[in-house]
Parts: sequence; C-alpha cells; structure tokens
Amino acid sequence: MPERRESLITGIGIVSCLGEGIEAHWQGLNAAPPAADATSFAPYIVHRVVPLELDRQIPKKGDQRQMEPWQRIGTYAAGLALDGAGLKGKTEFLARMDMIVAAGGGERDAQVDLNVAAGVDKAAKAEAFVNERLMSDLRPTLFLAQLSNLLAGNISIVHGVTGSSRTFMGEESSGVEAVRVAHARIAAGQSELALVGAAYNAERWEVMLHFALGRRLARGAPKAVWQRAGMELGTIGAFLVIEEKKHARARGAPPLARITMVASDHAKRAPGAVATVLESLWRKLPKLDPAHAAVISGASGVAPTTQEERAFLDRTGLAVRGSGTHLGHGLEPQFPANIALAAIALRHGKLFAPEDPSEEPMEGALRQVAVTSIGHWRGEGLALIEAVD
Amino acid sequence: MPKDHAGRPLVVVTGYGVVTSLGAGAQDNWRKLTAGESGIHAITRFATDGLKTRIAGTVDFVPIAPSLNAPELSQRFAEIAAEEAIAQARIGARGDFPGPLFLGVAPVEIEWQQRHEVAVASGANEALSYNDLTRAGESGHFEAYYERFLFGSVADRLAEKFGTKGAPISLSTACATGATSIQLAVEAIRRGEAAAALCIGTDGSVNAESLIRFSLLSALSAANEPPSGASKPFSKNRDGFVMAEGAGALVLESLEHAQARGAKILGVVEGLGEMADSFHRTRSAPDGKPTIGCISNAIRDAGLTPDDIDYINPHGTSTPENDKNEYISIAAVFGERAKSLPVSSNKSMIGHTLSAAGAVESVFSLMTLEHQRLPPTINYNVPDPSIPLDVVPNVARDARVAHVLSNSFGFGGQNVSLVFGREPR
Repeated sequence: MPERRESLITGIGIVSCLGEGIEAHWQGLNAAPPAADATSFAPYIVHRVVPLELDRQIPKKGDQRQMEPWQRIGTYAAGLALDGAGLKGKTEFLARMDMIVAAGGGERDAQVDLNVAAGVDKAAKAEAFVNERLMSDLRPTLFLAQLSNLLAGNISIVHGVTGSSRTFMGEESSGVEAVRVAHARIAAGQSELALVGAAYNAERWEVMLHFALGRRLARGAPKAVWQRAGMELGTIGAFLVIEEKKHARARGAPPLARITMVASDHAKRAPGAVATVLESLWRKLPKLDPAHAAVISGASGVAPTTQEERAFLDRTGLAVRGSGTHLGHGLEPQFPANIALAAIALRHGKLFAPEDPSEEPMEGALRQVAVTSIGHWRGEGLALIEAVD
Repeated sequence: MPKDHAGRPLVVVTGYGVVTSLGAGAQDNWRKLTAGESGIHAITRFATDGLKTRIAGTVDFVPIAPSLNAPELSQRFAEIAAEEAIAQARIGARGDFPGPLFLGVAPVEIEWQQRHEVAVASGANEALSYNDLTRAGESGHFEAYYERFLFGSVADRLAEKFGTKGAPISLSTACATGATSIQLAVEAIRRGEAAAALCIGTDGSVNAESLIRFSLLSALSAANEPPSGASKPFSKNRDGFVMAEGAGALVLESLEHAQARGAKILGVVEGLGEMADSFHRTRSAPDGKPTIGCISNAIRDAGLTPDDIDYINPHGTSTPENDKNEYISIAAVFGERAKSLPVSSNKSMIGHTLSAAGAVESVFSLMTLEHQRLPPTINYNVPDPSIPLDVVPNVARDARVAHVLSNSFGFGGQNVSLVFGREPR
C-alpha cells in the first residue's frame, strides 16, 4: 500500500440557528440555545436558520430565484467554506476540486399539494384532475429545486467547483459517506482537494408530514437532545474544504484540524444493535484520553436510539456534547456540521460548555474529538478529528 | 497483483444484469436491441388526460403489488438486474455478497397516492391543511410509508437482500447516476478498500408528476404516434427524450480477486472521466468544454488515446440540445475520425432510463465488446446535417471493437464518461 496521506480541514462554512460562520457558532455553543420555534409548525419544533444576506455568497439574483431555500442555504454555506479556505474564485483550484454533496431534496409547493389533495375527491376523474392541476400550477423551475443533485449543480454554477460532482442520498448516512469517501480518496492519492457538505431546510410542512408518518418528531416544548422523544428538526448548511496536507502547505493554507479517521456501518436495528455497532467502530480509534478528548454526538433525539448511543458514550469516560440541543437535527448535514464544530472547538483548544445537566464540564486542553452519527433510522458513522500544531 | 498503466489494481466486470422496457435479462435485451426493436409504448399505468406526452418506456411486465410507487418499482427492477449479475458472476453465497453496494437511484418522495390516503384519513373536507395531514399521519397507520420514502430505503433493502458489506451508498447525479455508481466502485477497488462491489442503477419513476415536471421543462418528446418512433437521437426532427424505466447491475472485482476465484472476465473498466458544468441548470456549456474535458479525462485515465476508441455508446438522449452538444464534444476530441467512428444510441430503442441509464448502457457497452456487434440508432430517417456522425443507422452491424466509450451527461451539469475494454492488458 502506498503511504496514506493526511486530510486537513482548511475551510469551514456553517449556517444554522446559531448564525453563520465559525465565530458565531463558537459563541452560540457556549451560550444557552436560542429559542426554537414551537409555533410555526406546531405541534412540532423547528430550529430555524438565521436570516442570510444571500447576496454575499450568491451575487446573482437570477441564481437565487432558481433555487429553493435548501439550495440557497447550501450554496451559501459552500461559499463560506471556500472563502475560509482562500479558494473563492480561484479557478485553477476549483476546476480540479472534488465535490461530494449529501442531499435530500424534494422541496415542494405546499399550497399546490393541498389544493390538489383537497380537490381530488370532488373531481369526476381523479387522475385527470391531478394532471390538469399540476400542469397549470407547478412552477417549471420547481423541479430543479426538487432534484437532489441540484445543490451540487448550483454550487458548480455559483462558485465554479467543477473537478467532479457526486451527490449522495440517504439521510444521516449520506453525510457520513460523503466525508468518508472524500477522506479515503485523499488518503489514497485519488484526490487532493475536496468540498464536502450538505444542507437541510427543516422549515417545510412536507418533511413534517413525512416524519409524522413515522412518528419520529418531538412535540411540545423544546428540550435538550438527550431529553427528547423524537426529532426537533433544524435547518443547517455545513460544508468543509478538505485538503491533502502537502497541497495545503504548498499554497500556504492554514489547517483548522485534521480528519484522522472516518468509519461507517449499517446495522439492522434491534435492541442492543447501536451499542454493538458503535463498539466495533470505536475499535478503529486510538486510545482516547479523557483529559484531552471529547465526543460530539449527532444524536437525533429519536428513542431508543439516542438513549442507547448515550449509554455507550458514557462508558467511554469522555465528555459528551449533543449538538442537536443547539442546532436541532438536520439529517444529511448533521455529520459534516459536527465535524466543523469539532474543528472549531479544537482551534479554541477547549470543548464548549455543557448544556444539559447530563453533560459533564471539561476543563482540559482539547486535542481530539470523536464525532458520532447514529442515524435516526439506519446508518452509523464515526470520525476522529484532531488538533494540528 | 495485476496493475493498470498507472499502477492501480485492474478492475474487471464478472457479472451483469439488465431490465428495460424490452424485457428482463441481458440476452433477451441484446437480441431485441440488435434487432432494432423499440420498447416505447403508450402509457397505461396512469391516466394521461391533459398531458402533452403520453408515451414512455415503462416496464409493465413486472408485477408489483399492492401499491405502485417509484421506490417500490426501483427496488424491484434493481433486484431483478442484481440477481442476474450475481448469478452470472457466481460470487459469494446467496445473500452474502462480498463487497459494498453503490446504488444509483432516483430521489424519492411521498407521492399522490399516499398523500391522498392521508388526506382521506384526516376527514378534513373543505380547507385541508398540512396540520390535518400530519395529525392523520401520526395515527401509526402509515409507518410503512415513512420508511418507504426515506432517501436511503431502497439501498437499505437491497443491502439486506444481497448481503452487501458496510453502509450502502445511494447516489444521484441526474442522468449520469448509473455511471457514477460504477465510478465510485472502481475508485474503491483501485484504492484497495474493496475487492468486489455491486453497482446498480435503477429507475422506476415514470409517474404522472415526474412526467409533468420534465414536460414543463420542455424536455420530453411529444411525438406520441407511433410511440416507437418518438426517440430519434441525432435526427434533425428530434424533439426531446422519452422517459423510461429499468435497471442495470454490474459485479466489479479487482482482476486479482476475479482470477483467484476462477471467475470469467466479461470486460474491463479501463477509465473514468468526469467534469462538471458550471454553465446552467439544464443546459450545457455551448462550447462543450465540460463534456470535452470529461471524455478526454476518461480516455486519459484508461491510458489510451482517442484513436484507440472503436465505438461510442453516447448519452444520445434525442433532445435538440444534448445531441448537438455531444456531437461538438465528440468532434473536438476525435477530430477527423468523428465522421467515421460509430456512435449509436440505445435510447432510440429503450428511451431514457434516467438514473438507470449509465448502468444499463454500460451493460450494453460490454455486450457490444463481447459480441463484436454494434446495436443501431433506430428512427434515423431525417439525418441532421449539423451532426455528421456514423450513428449505425437503423440496422445493427458487426465490427471489431476493443475499447468502448460510454457517455452520461446529466441535468445539473454532472458529466461522467467510462471506457470499457474487452480484456485485461
């Protein structure tokens, strides 16, 4: 095997209810979470993204108009990451940048849906009625907001990232695989420079309906993620520029953190399965010292998965933080966002403050962060993010 | 370990399977494809009242009960193709495939049937709200729909059925999806992460709303009569693509792994090329730069020159724009040879199988190498003088073929080209 090459994070773009960018997130994580919105989609709870000044990352109004919110959020976050890495507008790099986006999609026109669903029973010919309404009521460009691969497409158009473009689907797992594949390609010499991330718009009734069918949503008052009985969805955009070490050094890009390991699995969920799969993933990590290492968990809030994950993590003896308490649960971007938060904490040399009484304070100098992703339904992932000197 | 020109493990194909509107099974498909048969027909699955396009290449011979929806169909087509590919490769024990799954699949979302059922259950009459729907949805009667319409559900069930290893990857790069699944698998084998992989591209998303969406983008042929004549790639009177369904599956292995178990080698994945387009959401750059780069990258990755390519299995969708752009790209890469290099579009017969197309057409590319025979471009009656290509018009023919280029160019600017070879070198 050839020598495995190091993957460094040289750019972070993150937007959420805590604000935009590295500093806003560090401040936000060390303060009480902003009040989640429990009324707009009552009885469900949403962690809404702060208003974004879109012109700053998506200068053309025409581009903004051709996107729906999840794509604007993602394209905006990707722009922040490229800015942070000093790569914005640098065609010679962007033309060979490998992009992997994790995406859901399917953003719909809720009013059209309701009109059709309400009218179909009264129509003489149900199918013909649906055809007629959709032909006249659907905006032609809405399709482009529904296709999962069109976040990547918009990033290519707005930011000029064209080396390669892949879109993974599959809820939390797609975010894990996106980072894992980008890391593996760099380690093996198949890639030198990658843009990896995802965006999720939780502020949509159609996603509420989907998760309501599975009874996976928390209701009532917002709680810390460990105390939830279901998901409080959150709108999140998170992108990382991941770069091979020598490549970063050659262009003088300061690294924020190192991605040392990314592993994933796919367990058939049954009682005890989460602990078993986490245990096997954890074995791939070096020994972590509780004085200098911590866990940032992507727990969703869905029972009993979240409780099983927490019980396992508590046995590691490391301080644990559930980012969902602040950000809400954003599915595809949760893992890339948590890697960003890990890198931000490592830059500050300390873990952010506990938010739930179950979370222990940590005083030591932070050197390593294990980032977990236990999908609310399937798919498990683990990464080790380390400080660089 | 046998290496390629760049010192990487050689990646070979040891099994393939396919289902299209022409039928199930690679042999049946190949017989009809080389006979110039069309699988395009009038849509009977749903009412087409009020629609401009009333034809498609739906796969109607696969019974699906009780409810017909895109993920259900996509899963079923994928199973048929993968069963054939795994049986041919004779790899692993039943339900224990020794490698990861890369699944190209259309994005899924709750469809009208489900939305309607929930609306009825809500009892709301006049002013239906999403509150009504979510309240009814939480009854627990619809749990199965929650799982079915997760983006990862098709891959999850396929991974369970075939016993693939690790977390399955579901992916979408629009019309390049099937090719991307092969690309990811080849990369995983080249870096030593896997010795074998199962690649599937599948699409069962021909339903009224999908058809309407493409129709609103003016992408579809509206030449409904006769259905078999609608898809006419590279013809002057081409007027859009024909939506279609199907699946293609390939078992890929490192040559070392395949030889160690005595597997029959069906072909070699020699090169991968990619270049995204930053021009427009549905249109490609008029100068063809991204697709030219994509094709060139694939040929270079294979360690070949354009002169080594004997045949092109093009994207060839039959839209005015794609076919023109693809010609410009072929002409730029192949120069004078572009006039004589055979280029024939499977889509003239099976339509555009969307997320499956890259995988389905890879199977046909491999069969072209195996049989040394070029399937035709049918419906080629009015040549487009601005596209002077040898499209293998209307009738299949024999040819000596050592290396095939297969193009997949997607909405959203994702372009992938693959180079297949007949035997390891």
